[in-house]
Amino acid sequence: MSLAHDAQLAVGRATKAQRPARTWPEINNPTAWAVAAILLVMPLIASGFFLIEIFATTLILGTMALSLMFLAGYGGMVSLMQLTIAGFSAYMVAVFGVSGNANISLGWPWWLAVPMALALATAFGTLGGALAVRTEGIYTIMITLAIGAAFYYFTNQNWAIFNGHTGINNVATPHFWGVNWRADIPFYYVVLAVAALCYFAVEYLSRAPFGLALQGVRDNPRRMAALGFNVNAHRVAAYAFASFVAALAGVLQVWNYRQISPGSVSVGACIDVLIIAVVGGITRPIGPFIGALIFVLLRTFALDFLVRLGLDGNRFRLLIGVGFLAIVFWSSDGVIGLWQRWRQHQRREVSHSGGGRGHG
Amino acid sequence: MDSVAQRLSAVGAGAALELRGVTRLFGALAALTDVTITVRPGERRAVLGSNGAGKTTLFNCITGDFPPSSGTIRFFGEDVTHFPPYERIRRGLRRTYQISALFPGLTVQDNVYLACRGVSRGRFSFLRPGQNDALMHAADNLVQAVHLSAVKDQRVSELAHGQQRQLEIALALAGAPRFVLFDEPAAGLSPTERAELIEILTSLPAHIGYIIIEHDMDVALRVVESVTMMHNGRIFKEGLPQEIQSDPEVQELYLGGGHE
Repeated sequence: MSLAHDAQLAVGRATKAQRPARTWPEINNPTAWAVAAILLVMPLIASGFFLIEIFATTLILGTMALSLMFLAGYGGMVSLMQLTIAGFSAYMVAVFGVSGNANISLGWPWWLAVPMALALATAFGTLGGALAVRTEGIYTIMITLAIGAAFYYFTNQNWAIFNGHTGINNVATPHFWGVNWRADIPFYYVVLAVAALCYFAVEYLSRAPFGLALQGVRDNPRRMAALGFNVNAHRVAAYAFASFVAALAGVLQVWNYRQISPGSVSVGACIDVLIIAVVGGITRPIGPFIGALIFVLLRTFALDFLVRLGLDGNRFRLLIGVGFLAIVFWSSDGVIGLWQRWRQHQRREVSHSGGGRGHG
Repeated sequence: MDSVAQRLSAVGAGAALELRGVTRLFGALAALTDVTITVRPGERRAVLGSNGAGKTTLFNCITGDFPPSSGTIRFFGEDVTHFPPYERIRRGLRRTYQISALFPGLTVQDNVYLACRGVSRGRFSFLRPGQNDALMHAADNLVQAVHLSAVKDQRVSELAHGQQRQLEIALALAGAPRFVLFDEPAAGLSPTERAELIEILTSLPAHIGYIIIEHDMDVALRVVESVTMMHNGRIFKEGLPQEIQSDPEVQELYLGGGHE
């Protein structure tokens, strides 16, 4: 405690008073409260279709993309295997729990199968991470993509556990306390609770020592080592946390569709998660959810829209692709980046009524 | 445990830093050749030499950024030759970088907080620091000591060059440093900032030794008690500042036939 002690002075008092409380997320943001209120009363205003096909699906995909946002935004590690970890977790729920394939599924109750699936998927993601952290940048992308591709082909060809290209169908969903938790409204609240938990966990962690250190690793790994941090251990721990988040999303996904097959863990789906995170923005945990909403809306409605224009409905990916290009081109931090710049612009217009000319 | 010989040499040494025959090769190029240096605890030493003399490579070998190709490095008697950088840092070694190596996406306060956290427990803590967190106070004091309190909530990417250099020093003084390596801390500083730097260096507690690489003789010779002159990856001369300054060979190398 060298300078810290010798140097000074009566600073402590003054600075302590001004410092914003770091302990809890900001609670004086009216937009956040409005969004939370709308999400909570959603079953009153939305039909079953919107509730599950749009909002629950958005929250599930958003949670998967959140795990990528945590790694990429805070850790600078672009992992394309987050969907694979979620898919592995989904498969494990089907394999350990109850499904239509009685010769594969072990028939454990959900409260045993789910922790098992979470533990195995987290271990799987951590192992993959331990391989990936030896590399940087494009090589991390390549290794994680290779893991994703290998898992996809493995599930296609393995019949003993993964039931080949048919996958596992009629996966049982939880019923207890007299509630069918897969019925639209209860399921929506389960998904909302898990997504909110993951969102606040990432938000909270970003200001905790572990999250700050991860951002340090992103900015300058060599300096982090010169400050006493074991950089690779930190990266692997980040993969473990992100894997757990992805695994939670995987459990929700298999309950949502009640089946899991190789199509759900294809390489294309892995890349969708990247697109969702980048379109939404990887600088803040809300980004992946915004990206997921845009993705799900496009996927659901672009088909009708294109058909009405006289185009092939299957071209909805073209729209997503063009949108992705536009976002990457004009806003490296996605839709939230556009939003923040628009807000700053507005404020500038208000303060100098002259002309803010700063654009993109 | 250690062999008797190892323990004896550890006891006998009493040096803060002891390099024996350290060589570092980059392919066929020898950046350092057979460097042997002993620095006492609390000693303050300058390393001088023209560009390419091996000064920064010497630092990289000491901290473990690049391990030496051969030779041994002891830190307070302990053989740290094969330790990863973070293990050396946790034992009280610190360094600064010639080109500021900061965390541009984080605030000044967070940069210093990370430095304090890196050399203490709880690096993986999932809990946010509370209002009375001891390390937050240590970070506050360190920010104050390098005169950055006014900008402590700004992102590092927004700081002026001189402020970044001061932050660079703050990061190296977190926790309980025993020995610091300063790599051209005065690079790009204004005369006023240089004066502040000299004040910071001279006001360090006496038990903290350091090695400073500095081209500015006015800065270097005011803050050290001994000088090592390097040339082409070898130790060229060692002595007191006055001896080195008046040495004809050194003058030839540094002023006459120098590269700059």
